[in-house]
Amino acid sequence: MSFSSLDAFFAMGGHGLYVWLSYGAAVIIFAYNVLSVRRRRQKFFRDAGDLERRRAAAVEATGESHRS
Amino acid sequence: MTLKELWHRLGSPRWFYRIGGPLGAVLGGLALVLLTVGTVWGLAFAPPDYQQGNSFRIIYVHVPTAIVAQSAYLLMGVAGVVLLVWRMKLADMVLAATVPFGLTMTALALFTGAVWGKPTWGAWWVWDARTTSMLVLLFLYVGLFALRQAIPRAETAGRACAVLAVVGVINIPIIKYSVDWWLTLHQGATFKLTEPPSMPPEMWLPLLLNVLGIYCFFGANLVSRLRLEILERERGTQWVRDLVTGRSQREAAA
Repeated sequence: MSFSSLDAFFAMGGHGLYVWLSYGAAVIIFAYNVLSVRRRRQKFFRDAGDLERRRAAAVEATGESHRS
Repeated sequence: MTLKELWHRLGSPRWFYRIGGPLGAVLGGLALVLLTVGTVWGLAFAPPDYQQGNSFRIIYVHVPTAIVAQSAYLLMGVAGVVLLVWRMKLADMVLAATVPFGLTMTALALFTGAVWGKPTWGAWWVWDARTTSMLVLLFLYVGLFALRQAIPRAETAGRACAVLAVVGVINIPIIKYSVDWWLTLHQGATFKLTEPPSMPPEMWLPLLLNVLGIYCFFGANLVSRLRLEILERERGTQWVRDLVTGRSQREAAA
C-alpha cells in the first residue's frame, strides 16, 4: 500500500479532485458502453417479439376465417 | 479450416453471431479481471511519481484509453479497405460498431488529459501537436457518426464512411509521432519497442495490465455491438425470427 490511511488515499496528496474526476469519468464511459448495447439489444428482442406475436395472431385469424 | 474457408465464414453473419456469444463472454471476463487488478494496483499500490506526486495515477486511465482509441480507428481503416475492395457485409458492420466505442474513448482520453494537465502543466488545455491531433481524431469519429446518420441508403452510407475512415488514418501516425516531431509539453511514450520503460516495474506493470484489459474490453464491446448489428440487419431472415420466437417462448415459460 502506497498510502498510510484511507483519508490519505482519497486525498491523493492534494490531487484527489483530479484523480477521482478522471476515474469517475472512466466509470461513466465504460458503463455507458456496456449498458447502451444491453438496452438496444433488449429493445430489439422486445420489438421483434411483438412483431412475431402479431404475425402469428394474424395467421391464426386468417386460418379461422377460412374454416368458417 | 483453411484461411480461405475462414474468410468466407467471416462473411456469414449467422456464423459470427453464434461464435460471438462465448467469444464476447471470455473477452469481457478477461477485461474485468485485468482492469480491476491493474486499476487497484495503480491507484493504491504503485509508488507516487517523484515529480508529479499522485496526479500521475491518471496515467492508468489516460494512456490505455488513448491507445485503444487509436487502435479502434486503425481497425476502421482496415474495415474500410475491406469494404471498398471486397464489399464484405461484416466490414461495414465493424465500421458502424466501432464508432461509438472509439468516440467515447477519445473523449475520455481528452478529458483525462485535461484533468491531468491542470495540476501538471498549469492549464486544462494547450494547443500543441499531441492534443490538437487527438482533437482531430475526436472530430473524425463525430464525422463518421454524423455521416452514417445523414445518408438514408445503408449501402451508400457504408461506402462514404469507409472512404472517410481510410482517409482519416493519416492522422494516426501524426498523433503517434507528434511528441517527437514538434516541441511539446506532453511526455513521450511510456512503452517503446526498442527500449525498456524509464519507469520502475511497479509503475508500468499496472499500466500494462490496464492496456491489455482495455483491449479485451474493446473486443468484448465490439463483438456485442456486432451481434446487435447482425440482428438488426438480418431481422427479416428465418434464423433471426426463430431466435426471437425461441426467446419469447423461454420468457413466457419463465
